[in-house]
Amino acid sequence: MGWGLKLELKGITKRFGSLVANDHIDLLVQPGQVHSLLGENGAGKSTLMNVLYGLYEPSEGQILVDDKPVTFDGPGDAMAAGIGMVHQHFMLVPVFTVAENVALGNEATKAGGMLNLDDTRARIREISDQYGFEVDPDAVIEDLPVGVQQRVEIIKALLRDAEVLILDEPTAVLTPKETDELLGIMGQLKADGKAIVFISHKLREVKAVSDIITVIRRGKVVGDAPASASTTELAEMMVGRAVSLTLNKEAAQPGEETFTVSDLTVLSPTGQRVVDGISFGIARGEIMAVAGVQGNGQTELTEAILGLQDHVSGSIRLEGRELVGKRVKDIIGAGVGFVPEDRSVEGLVGTFSVAENLILNRYDRPPFARGLAMKPGLIAKNAEQYIAEFDVRTQSAEAAAGTLSGGNQQKVVMARELSRPLKLFIASQPTRGVDVGSIEFLHKRIVAERDVGTPVLIVSTELDEVLELADRIAVLYQGRLMGIVPAGTSRGELGLMMAGMNAEEAQAQQAQAEAQQTDVEGGEE
Amino acid sequence: MSADEPGRQTRKRHERGSKSAVDGDEQRLVAAAELGDGTQPPPAVPATGESLHPELREQQSVMQRIVTGNALVSVLAVVLALIAGGILIALTNEEVARTSSYFFARPQDMLGAAWTAASEAYIALFQGSVFNSDGSTFARMIYPLTQTLTVATPLICAALGVALAFRAGLFNIGAQGQIIIGATLAAWVGFSWHLPVGLHLLLVILAGIVGGALWGGLVGLLKAKTGAHEVIVSIMLNYVAINLVLYLLTIPAFQRPGSTNPISPQLDETAMYPPLFGDTFRLHWGFIVAILATFFAWWLLNRSTIGFELRAVGSNPHAARTAGISVTKGYVIVMVLAGALAGLAGTAQVAGTEQVLTAGVAASFGFDAITVALLGRSTPWGTFAAGVLFGAFRAGGVTMQTNTGTAIDIVLVVQSLIVLFIAAPPLVRTIFRLPEPGQLTAKPRKTASTGGAA
Repeated sequence: MGWGLKLELKGITKRFGSLVANDHIDLLVQPGQVHSLLGENGAGKSTLMNVLYGLYEPSEGQILVDDKPVTFDGPGDAMAAGIGMVHQHFMLVPVFTVAENVALGNEATKAGGMLNLDDTRARIREISDQYGFEVDPDAVIEDLPVGVQQRVEIIKALLRDAEVLILDEPTAVLTPKETDELLGIMGQLKADGKAIVFISHKLREVKAVSDIITVIRRGKVVGDAPASASTTELAEMMVGRAVSLTLNKEAAQPGEETFTVSDLTVLSPTGQRVVDGISFGIARGEIMAVAGVQGNGQTELTEAILGLQDHVSGSIRLEGRELVGKRVKDIIGAGVGFVPEDRSVEGLVGTFSVAENLILNRYDRPPFARGLAMKPGLIAKNAEQYIAEFDVRTQSAEAAAGTLSGGNQQKVVMARELSRPLKLFIASQPTRGVDVGSIEFLHKRIVAERDVGTPVLIVSTELDEVLELADRIAVLYQGRLMGIVPAGTSRGELGLMMAGMNAEEAQAQQAQAEAQQTDVEGGEE
Repeated sequence: MSADEPGRQTRKRHERGSKSAVDGDEQRLVAAAELGDGTQPPPAVPATGESLHPELREQQSVMQRIVTGNALVSVLAVVLALIAGGILIALTNEEVARTSSYFFARPQDMLGAAWTAASEAYIALFQGSVFNSDGSTFARMIYPLTQTLTVATPLICAALGVALAFRAGLFNIGAQGQIIIGATLAAWVGFSWHLPVGLHLLLVILAGIVGGALWGGLVGLLKAKTGAHEVIVSIMLNYVAINLVLYLLTIPAFQRPGSTNPISPQLDETAMYPPLFGDTFRLHWGFIVAILATFFAWWLLNRSTIGFELRAVGSNPHAARTAGISVTKGYVIVMVLAGALAGLAGTAQVAGTEQVLTAGVAASFGFDAITVALLGRSTPWGTFAAGVLFGAFRAGGVTMQTNTGTAIDIVLVVQSLIVLFIAAPPLVRTIFRLPEPGQLTAKPRKTASTGGAA
């Protein structure tokens, strides 16, 4: 369908006040190509795409469609010009069917204003068959897996005759298997003459699927690279300096097992078993990493340890003391350091100063308080010390924590949790949304905490991070433990476990797959 | 992650797109620019992390922004409200109406009349509330100011209570009821107990505090234990309080001997706040108590562990919980404190200004207190200043009506407009062409992040 569309951005500049988010960006997107935009979070990729999609008006520069200059006043104009966007967070009404969602905003009506979805259904089937989407037009969105919901978004764009598809961080919410399926779909669309703009910061995926890679740093195009460029080269272009992507950590020296979880079950407020009979232990000086697709019980597991979950059964013991049933305050007091998964919601009070956030869970203990009175002098001194030690880039200790960048916010949370002697350290998504430079630093601090003999529990949805940090890997699927495997386990095997296979099955299937040389999972390795 | 979140985000982004830099990317870039560091890679936006609970963040931030907004916005809101009030005064003036009939022949007549009407009204307001230059003695000249402070006393106390609750993220509409119950208990101790000087007043104050604290604490307890919404509970408790005092005033224990009027006996001399500057002035020691209460609230909020907890609960209950702070305990504590402060306002009424208990003891102080706290941006000293301003409106409004015939209702209109302008900071910004927070100073907005999908 269609002959494709040539899209060109010329000298796009987007200013916000005195700030330049996009600085004279040129981009040429050709039909039948996957064009990746690679850059760190905050580099200006999203701004550029929002300009292209008509959500922002560029301060300078031109958008050319088939060599004709166009201006977009809103997403409607962009769609009319053949540009479709799949956002990272889907814009679907959960209780509507696929057909209703696809028709939304573009509804056909019969006489008397009745909704006519027959055409929509037919076209969804058509597209679904053409690309092998396997989407039922009458399925209700909330019943569908995330990967399928994403395809519905793609169908939405295709039904509106999109020739250029912008995919904004599409793999962030997918399992490795779903990711591979999506990369496959992208290939089909490309073969069909569509242009795809693929936004990502995951080097592996970008390399696997791109025809051309444009790297953006600080609002400027750093350069183009072919898909054959090495990961290190791409990372350097992204960050602007040499980065070591591999952590050189010593082998773990596990001591005695001081932290044990036995038969832990957590019920959600609606009574579902979100953590289902989990048992494991972590030794002193060992990092246990929990892998799994987001929403498979990891949050509830860590929150249960900290005492934030209400319906917990089973036992959690730290150095012989039972933690289940204790108050959060007492568990923190018992020496549990906790980095929550969403720092801006659970980790920091955005309106509080950096200094206040650095004592957020010790504000009422000496030396920061005596009785009811707090000690501003000591609080400031504490802030000074940890801002220096963790290299937190902030205007001052009094600046509101919400004004810091994601990486610096994370450093504040880490500094707070690591600034006291710990008996257990838990970090969820320790480097989510953090720039590459800070990732290195934060990983080193986590390993350093392990090396002083603290049991460490890491939860991450990024397989790379899990493989980087773990001494042992536990995989969670739908609240159940699929198995605990050693650090060297292959990506493919972990992927299978993350999709609900237990360790033995996964190992067997992976071995078989490798034998057949049809490596379905993680083929780009 | 429900699918309607991103819809909202993008819509927002679109609405604000041309004006402000609040999208994740820009926010981080701003921060990067601010750090001005050439070697460090640009900081990042939490790609998925920031948008886990955008609806919660949104709710928190709107409320927090309104109740703890910019001081400049408060001042400008007052200015705007006074200008709008002035226009209303002119519009309702008879002289202006008369001269407008030949506006096109001699416009200066009407404009002049309008100016005269508005300026005279405001001069009278000033003379009635701050300094009366026509007074025969210095005491007469300064009398209006002491009147202002007298009226401001209960306002300040009650508004401090509302402000504290705001800071903990609660909307305490129940100051009215808390004042009434505090006043009732204080008055009862004042007229039915007979105790020595000093001790009696102390117990009266304590009774007021306890009464208010009970009434406020009940709201906090219901919210903490059952999740009942504080706005609804506190409004309903206002009705309970007013009807309770109406009933009490029908029973002999609260009536004057031999009378069935709904008015209590006068409080004992020993139970009352002594006058501050002698009997010429109505200003009493309650005002000093209000100053002390303001200082206490400041210390509590900014220098004590309780204040730290309350502010954390108010700004981000999730982070507070994760840090081991009990959110529900915070709700109870802050409502007890808020009620206690409102109870002090009730004490100031019965033991200072009114000296008896009637059903109208709280006037509309409990509701004005909300406005005052808003205008004071929920900071203790800001609330103090706003309380004095509102005291001036009330005290001066009477003089304005008698001297210039301008209806005292205009003061109410001005007060209401102040609230309106404060609740709509973008309106004030547009009128005065103020930059969005974060644009001029290149400082990112604190809480308005809509979660950047980078």
